[in-house]
Parts: sequence; structure tokens; C-alpha cells
Amino acid sequence: MNHEGDHMTDQKPFVDIRHAQKSYGVLEVLKDINLQVQKGQIVAIIGPSGSGKSTLLRAINDLDPLTGGEIWLEDKQINMKLPHRQYEKHINLVRQEIGMVFQHFNLFPHLTVRGNVTLAPKMLKGLSEADANKLAEEQLDKVGMLERIDYYPSQLSGGQKQRVAIARALAMNPKVMLFDEATSALDPELVEEVNLVMKKLAEEHMTMIIVTHEMSFAESVCDRVLFMDQGVVVEEGPPEVMFRNPTSDRTKEFLRKHLAAQHP
Amino acid sequence: MDFELMQKVFPFFLEAAWITVLLSVLTTILGLILGAVGASARLSRFALVRFLGAAYVSVFRGTPALIQLFILYFGGPQIGIQLDAFQAGVIGLGINAGAYMTETIRGAIIAIDKGQIEAARTVGLSRFQTMRYVVLPQAMRLMIRPLGVNINAMIKATALVAAISVVELTYTAQRFIGSTYKPFEMFLIAGVLYMIIIYITGQAVSWLDRKARIS
Amino acid sequence: MGLDFTVIPQYLDIILWGSVWTILITLGAAAVSFIGGMFLAVIALYAPLFVRLPFRAFAFLFMGTPLLLQLFLIYFGLVQVGIDVPAIMAGIIGLGLHFAVYNSELFQTGILAVDKGQIEAARTLGLSRMQALRKVVVPQAIRDVIPPIGNNMIALLKDSALVSVIGVSELTLSAQRAIGSTYRPFEFYVLVAVIYYIINIFMEAAQRRVERRVQASR
Repeated sequence: MNHEGDHMTDQKPFVDIRHAQKSYGVLEVLKDINLQVQKGQIVAIIGPSGSGKSTLLRAINDLDPLTGGEIWLEDKQINMKLPHRQYEKHINLVRQEIGMVFQHFNLFPHLTVRGNVTLAPKMLKGLSEADANKLAEEQLDKVGMLERIDYYPSQLSGGQKQRVAIARALAMNPKVMLFDEATSALDPELVEEVNLVMKKLAEEHMTMIIVTHEMSFAESVCDRVLFMDQGVVVEEGPPEVMFRNPTSDRTKEFLRKHLAAQHP
Repeated sequence: MDFELMQKVFPFFLEAAWITVLLSVLTTILGLILGAVGASARLSRFALVRFLGAAYVSVFRGTPALIQLFILYFGGPQIGIQLDAFQAGVIGLGINAGAYMTETIRGAIIAIDKGQIEAARTVGLSRFQTMRYVVLPQAMRLMIRPLGVNINAMIKATALVAAISVVELTYTAQRFIGSTYKPFEMFLIAGVLYMIIIYITGQAVSWLDRKARIS
Repeated sequence: MGLDFTVIPQYLDIILWGSVWTILITLGAAAVSFIGGMFLAVIALYAPLFVRLPFRAFAFLFMGTPLLLQLFLIYFGLVQVGIDVPAIMAGIIGLGLHFAVYNSELFQTGILAVDKGQIEAARTLGLSRMQALRKVVVPQAIRDVIPPIGNNMIALLKDSALVSVIGVSELTLSAQRAIGSTYRPFEFYVLVAVIYYIINIFMEAAQRRVERRVQASR
């Protein structure tokens, strides 16, 4: 666990979410969320389903645009209001700097592992075939999937697919990695291999925002934990406090229920 | 767009449309009968009968309908079959339609859950009784929509008889294109009339489908 | 009058040349119908409304009218607007366009059926909508709709016989030439029926092979 994230208020935030608000018609899913993440920090967001945690994560790279508020990455506003064509150009560039890993992997089934990882670098960064392959091999080696580089996603297990998905995101050299319940869809035996890769990334000081149900993993890897419920951040703090001795009753209630479910 | 001309020729197209409708109705009836026969053949206990059914489907779906029409109309006399163009059209297209409908009907019958058949046989019903009282009633419901698709194709296929000079919609369109040099107008009149026929038929099929589902 | 198949060998070369043309016309029209179908599908799904509506109307018109009528329109219509195309071109365009409309319906269904997560993953990497469409969605959509598209290609082969009516020199017309000299329609039409059937069988086999190869990378 790194300690860079302990110096909070002086440094300019790396990811800055200001007054994030999201409504679907009359239903308010995010109500005035403010969150600042420093470079190299690892933040976990926990909470019951419907709390808005995934919505918040997906707003960061504008996959589900906010209806109010701003999201900043370093000195760029991600959800800038721009005319359509300019917006498209802008968001595509920004997204290259944000890596995202999905609950259901979303690997491209018609491409091999190699194809999945090299697609974006070749198309968007103009890498040659040789350079892209080298890059892919590096990233896949990092996640331990190098020997399956010419396999198709359908031939891989869930944990293997997710590791490839992580390599695919890393190949674009992002500044921030977003994880949307990355292990929720995996069989229990396969969760550990993905957690190990995420731990490795943490050790390399990648800025990470992780939406998760895995409390023990969050505790061991993260600098900060946010508990969200019904569209607001109820409480936040370092993992030792949040998991052992939270202040809010709602946090206590959620953890009690959740841990009971995990250890019947 | 020469509307005046279109008005003048419209009565001819209307008359031709009735021929198209007549052709469609007759070929559909023939097609349904042959389809039922073909489906029973393909589901028969006897391998030879099954083979003949499969051959019928394979040959008539695997060769152009136009050629089938030509063999019957132009080649028929050589083997003692003398038909006028209209008769050749109905019989030729009817046999062709029957091949497609065989598969549609057979598909609907096969789709009925095997458990139904097992339950019926277990209770003591014969193969025939099972088919008549358990399978067919349910299969009928399933086959209406897909048969509607076949009929839709059938209506458009009647255009082929223009090639053997039956005075229906497409023949009339060709005739007037030749004399007026206004292909777009003639296409439009014929096209709209075809679409009306198809639409009405489609509504009838939907109505039948709804009725079948209610019972 | 009876039957006499011995007249055939003399005209076999004309018939075989006709077969070659039929195969070429079928392949040409198939290519037009495939590319045209994909193009029309993208327009039907993603173009602005004032473009989508006329295309929808056009598709509706083409699916509700007989192919033969459409061939007359295209052949005589092109001459009308001053574009003098040889009948074979009109035939390929007519056939291609007719089936492009049907294929476009299939492609639209295929594109819409591609999992939303695929588009999200592609966009997340930074790909634009067009790039995501081209490299991620369309390849998957094509794989999914190969069986019905294959069936359309086979239907195209059989419908290619209709271009003989506008004077295109292919298999059916070659039979009619032979019949013109020998007055033996039954023999020659049965012969070409057999040839169409054989080509049909080859196309079905090819379709099965393509389907198998696609299965491997699913």
C-alpha cells in the first residue's frame, strides 16, 4: 500500500469530480458527488446495488454522461460541452488516457487475444504491426497471458479473459484505470488471478478507481474507500477506519449485511 | 411524372391486377395442397416415400421457377401435356410453391414438443390419432405466419408468367413501357397494385394468426 | 413429337458458355447485394432522418414488388435518363439491388444484435463511432448473419434466370438459342435445370464451409 495518497489537499487533483449529478427523467441516480483523486491513489467505491457507484465510474470517461457537474482529468475537463463533431474528437482523445475494465470483459470475440490488445494502439496511435505486437507481448506478459496470445476469447476462462481485458486497456498507456466490478462475474476460484494483476498495478502506482464488492481486496490494496448509497457519498476514509470502525450507521449496516452474506 | 398518361392506362392495369390475384389464389391453393402432401411424405414411416418427398423439395427449390414454367409450358407438348399459358402458370407455380410450403408445414410439425407426442402415445393413441388430435392442431397455429411469408413470395412470383405472355400486372407494365417509353410511371402503377394485393393478403394472414392464437 | 436428347451434344458449348455467364452474373450481383446491403443497413441505422426516410420508402417499394418488374424499371429506366447500359449491367444492378435490400434488413438485425458491451469497450479505448462500427460491430454482425445471407445468394442464382427476359446472354437465353434451332424445348430446359441444380449444390457446399470456418472464431 502506497502512501503518496496521504497528502491530499495541497496537490492539484488528478481526477476531479465536481458536483456530479445524474438523472434519468425524474429519477436522480447521482446527487451532487464530489471526489478528488490524487495521482497514484487507489480509491475503492463500495455500496449496495442502485447506489450509483457504477454510474459514477462510467461518467468519468463519459460513457454515461452526467446531467450536471464536471469531471476533470488533470487540466482537461472530460465532459466539456462542445458542438457534436468537436466533442467526438475530444472525447476519443481523452478516452485514450483512461483505461476501463468491465464486469463482463467485453473482449472482441472475432479477434484473437493479440488482435484485441493491438487494435487500438494500431488504429489510434499509428503503431506499426511490429511495434504493436511488441507492446501487446509486453502487456500480456505482465498479466500472465502471453502464452495464449493467439487464442480466441471463446477459448479462455473468465479470469483469463479479464486479464486480457486489463492488458488491452493498459496497452494504451492510460493515466487512470477504472474497474467496474471486475471480478463480480467470475467464479470464485478465478477471482484471485485478477486480483493479483490489480495488486501489481497498484504497486506500480497506477491511479485506480475500483468499484467492487470484494471488501477484503479493497482493504488490502486501496488508500481510500468511499461508501455510496442512493446517489450520495455517505462516508469516506482510509480502509482501516471504513472497514473496522465506520462512523455512519448506514455504512455499518451495509458492511454487516454484506459480510454476513459472504460468510454465511 | 406523367399523371395524365397514368390515368389513361390505369384501367388496363386494374384488369391485369385481377388476373394477378386469380393466379395468386389458385397457386396458393395448389401450393398448400402439395405442401401438405409433401410434408406428410417427408414424415412418412417409409424410407422411399420420405426420399421422394425430399427429392421433390430439393429439385423444385433448387432450380429456377422460370425454368420449371418453361419446361411445363414449352416442353409439355413433347410429353403429351398441352396447357395454355394461364394453366401452365398456375400448375407450374403451384408445384414450385408446394415445395417451399412442404418445408414450412414440416417445420411447424417438427417444432411441436416431442413430449406431447410421447404423452399421447403413452395414453394409447395411435400415430395417426396423435397427429390428428395432438400435433396438427398445434402445428396449424405455428405455420400460419411462415406460410404467409411463402404466400407473399408467391404473389411476387406470379410475375414470372409474364414471360409466357399471360396478361397480368408485370406483362401489362412491360407492354406499356414498350409503347409509351415511361418506365417509372408504369413501374409505379404496377408496383402500387402489387403492394396493395400483398398488404391485403398480409392483413388476412395476421387476422388468421390472431384467431388461431385465441382458440 | 417425343423426346430426343441426342440433339444436346451439338449445342453443349453454347450452353456451357451460358453457364459461365450465369455464374459470373451471380457472383457480380452477389457482391453488389452484399456491399450494397451493408451500405443500406448503415444508412438505415445511422443516417439523419431526412436521408433515412427516402431509403426506407425505397426499401419498402423494392421488397413489395416482383424482381422482374424491377428489372424492367432499371433496364428501361436507365435508357430513359440517358444512361445507355448493356443489358448485362442492368441485370447485375437489378439483381444486386433487389437482394441488397433484403440483405440490408438482415445486416440491420445483425448490427443491432451485437452486444452493447462491445461498443462500450471499443469507445472506452478511444475508438470513434465509425471506427468501432467498422472494426468491432460490423465484423461480428456479418458473422452472425452468414446463414441467411448465404440463402439469399442461392436465391439470387435462381433469380438470375430472369435477366434472360431483358435479353442478357446467360444460361437460360443460351437454352432458348438452342431451342430456336432444334425446336426441342423440353430437352434443353431440363438440361439447364440440371446445370442450375448442380451450381446450386456447389453454392450450398461453399456456404456450409464458410459457416464452419466462422464457427471456429466464435
